[in-house]
Amino acid sequence: MKLLTGNELGSGAVTWWTGSGWSIHVEDAVDVGESGEAILHAEEGARRVNAPYIIDAIDTPEGPRPAHIKDRVRALGPTVRPDLTLKPADPAAGDWII
Amino acid sequence: MYKYDNYDQAIVDARVAEFRDQVNRRMAGEITEDQFKPLRLMNGLYLQLHAYMLRVAIPYGTLDSRQTRMLAHIARKYDRDYGHFTTRQNIQYNWIKLEECADLLEDLASVEMHAIQTSGNCIRNISSDQYAGAAADEVADPRPLAELLRQWSTFHPEFSYLPRKFKIAVIASPEDRAAMRLHDIGLELVKKDGVLGARVFVGGGMGRTPMIAPEINPFVEADDLLSYIEACLRVYNRYGRRDNVYKARIKILVHEIGADEYRRQVTEEFAHVKTLGIDPPLAELERITAFFAPPAFEATEAEPDRSDPDFAVWLDQNVKPHKQAGYAIVNISLKPIGGIPGDASSSQIDVMADLAEKYSFDELRVTHAQNIVLPYVAKRDLYAVWHALREAELANANLDLISDIIACPGLDYCSLANARSIPIAQKIATRFADAERQRDIGELKLKISGCINACGHHHAGHIGILGVDKKGVENYQLTLGGSGAEDVSIGKITGPGFDEDGIIDAVEKAVEKYRELRDGDERFVDTYRRVGMEPFKEAIYG
Amino acid sequence: MVEFRYRDDEVTEQPSVTLDAFLDQSNATAVRLEPDDDARALIPFLDRLTLIEVAFPKFRDGRGYSSARILREAGYTGELRAQGDVLVDQIAFMRRCGFDSFAPEGSLNPADVEAAFARYENVYQGAADAAVPVWKLRHG
Repeated sequence: MKLLTGNELGSGAVTWWTGSGWSIHVEDAVDVGESGEAILHAEEGARRVNAPYIIDAIDTPEGPRPAHIKDRVRALGPTVRPDLTLKPADPAAGDWII
Repeated sequence: MYKYDNYDQAIVDARVAEFRDQVNRRMAGEITEDQFKPLRLMNGLYLQLHAYMLRVAIPYGTLDSRQTRMLAHIARKYDRDYGHFTTRQNIQYNWIKLEECADLLEDLASVEMHAIQTSGNCIRNISSDQYAGAAADEVADPRPLAELLRQWSTFHPEFSYLPRKFKIAVIASPEDRAAMRLHDIGLELVKKDGVLGARVFVGGGMGRTPMIAPEINPFVEADDLLSYIEACLRVYNRYGRRDNVYKARIKILVHEIGADEYRRQVTEEFAHVKTLGIDPPLAELERITAFFAPPAFEATEAEPDRSDPDFAVWLDQNVKPHKQAGYAIVNISLKPIGGIPGDASSSQIDVMADLAEKYSFDELRVTHAQNIVLPYVAKRDLYAVWHALREAELANANLDLISDIIACPGLDYCSLANARSIPIAQKIATRFADAERQRDIGELKLKISGCINACGHHHAGHIGILGVDKKGVENYQLTLGGSGAEDVSIGKITGPGFDEDGIIDAVEKAVEKYRELRDGDERFVDTYRRVGMEPFKEAIYG
Repeated sequence: MVEFRYRDDEVTEQPSVTLDAFLDQSNATAVRLEPDDDARALIPFLDRLTLIEVAFPKFRDGRGYSSARILREAGYTGELRAQGDVLVDQIAFMRRCGFDSFAPEGSLNPADVEAAFARYENVYQGAADAAVPVWKLRHG
């Protein structure tokens, strides 16, 4: 599957295309199939996302997981600071990253 | 410490206003990200893995307590309560919001600080010796010249779109604590017949193609230096390669045309530039030098009481001799076992500011090894300083030992990285956590980079580690025999790379081999230089 | 097209020729320098030139800044024009290096250009303009 990701222009937060908008949780991301480029241009033009790009991912029961390690790190937060990730209360939250 | 006058302050204030305007244009959609990117980079604002990152300049690594407290305040107000000290004596914040960045810069400007030229293809922050003004072996304080260069390079109209970034270091001692010869220009202040001048080295650097800078001029008098450096830069701006970003640094130009030809061109350009009257009079260097006058040391002979054994260990490892009798240089290691090299929390930064104010004539330094220095501590105060540091978990007694690791942010933060650096540093430090074993191993500079750009100085590590991407999996190459000091050298790769656990084992095998082979009080790097790579290779792969 | 010109003399009507063409023949009075042309080749002819156009194909290529300063340092007083990828965020640097006319490919807002020139009241270093460096102001 293909995901569309980028950052919020103002805050810089990592975001994922949900089909109708943007979420900071990769679990909300949807397969953009062949329409990634078109969404990317429209959303970037409207400044709803900054520096967007399309990535490969695999679908799992827990939700989409980016194929490349860099995007997996982006999806949760620094592996060395679990307290600063999106799921600070869940010690196992990063088990799929590396 | 240098203090801004109205001119300096007005320039920094105008930069804040200019950047605010640029951000507003971006937020309003008047400029695209492609157009905005070089503008934000010129002001040290990157878009990293998780957010925007801001790099704040700490000129020649010198701070006063008011500035240091502001760094803590910024971490609290605009970031997530911590900052990261870098190998270029700067500080980085990892979670900055674009929409708040101009306010942040305004706060910084209120304490005479900025983020000007902390990125981009321009002259970057001038780095220097963290012991400047305190080291017994210096011929002069290098910081006045560094400040003169800071001003000269700020918004230099000809050199703001160079082929690539440009880093200058200034030292003034035969002992090199600033990796001077691994800079685009390295200056070593020297005196000849009582006249102050500098040895000029050009074309050093790390990155993909590490080079040690050759000496281009053995002595340039202080009042010719700006013209001379202007000539060095002009030759580079005109003839440095622009066809390939990996070959655009000045080291490639100097290497390709040769040091002799580069020197010839600079000499010719200098003869012309010197006629232009761009060198400030010596009175300007003297004006700046007056700000760096030695503090009001007291006559004191008091020696610290060594009866607390933990204190004595720290004293022996982290406290260095001072040129002033009765005083010492205190190194604060930001490398706790298992911690993140160079990171400090807001409250730790505040503690260091308080200690500087109370015990170090209001001064701190940031080192290229990502530690902090209190440069002027009376020996009678050392115990009190240690106590306060220990309370803040800052009394790690490991300066220059194997756990005093330089590491770039790596794939945990950096969008350029191929592999994580910090977890490797944490695991190595943990493997060697036993303090006695570390001290037995002695001076061992271990440096880790998460990609070929070498921000973690791995080429200059006695042991260096380079993270690479091997088909989507982190892999680590090992190098031995590098040094960023006066015995400068580039490390050599041992052989095939390792996975995360493998690299920790490989480091341990190399270290144990050294313990077996060392002769007397030889350091790791000395043994390596004596016996060569083979015995280590055998130990690691055999 | 020249959008911004800070000179009082007549605009040179003659089209500019390349450096090679100029050195080959010519009695042209206008010449165009590409980033990799050596500006010093023009030094023997500065008296008869009324326009030197310096090309900036990409704003990131800063060689033209050195070309401009070299020409002014050699005493050139004719029009020195920056042409190409000239943006409001670089235009003040260009002026400091001696450019006195600008032909940007894209259009620039005149108010933004004026604001850029006025942004910094003081400068730290001498260049090819009349701005007095701060060190000189400090020491009279």
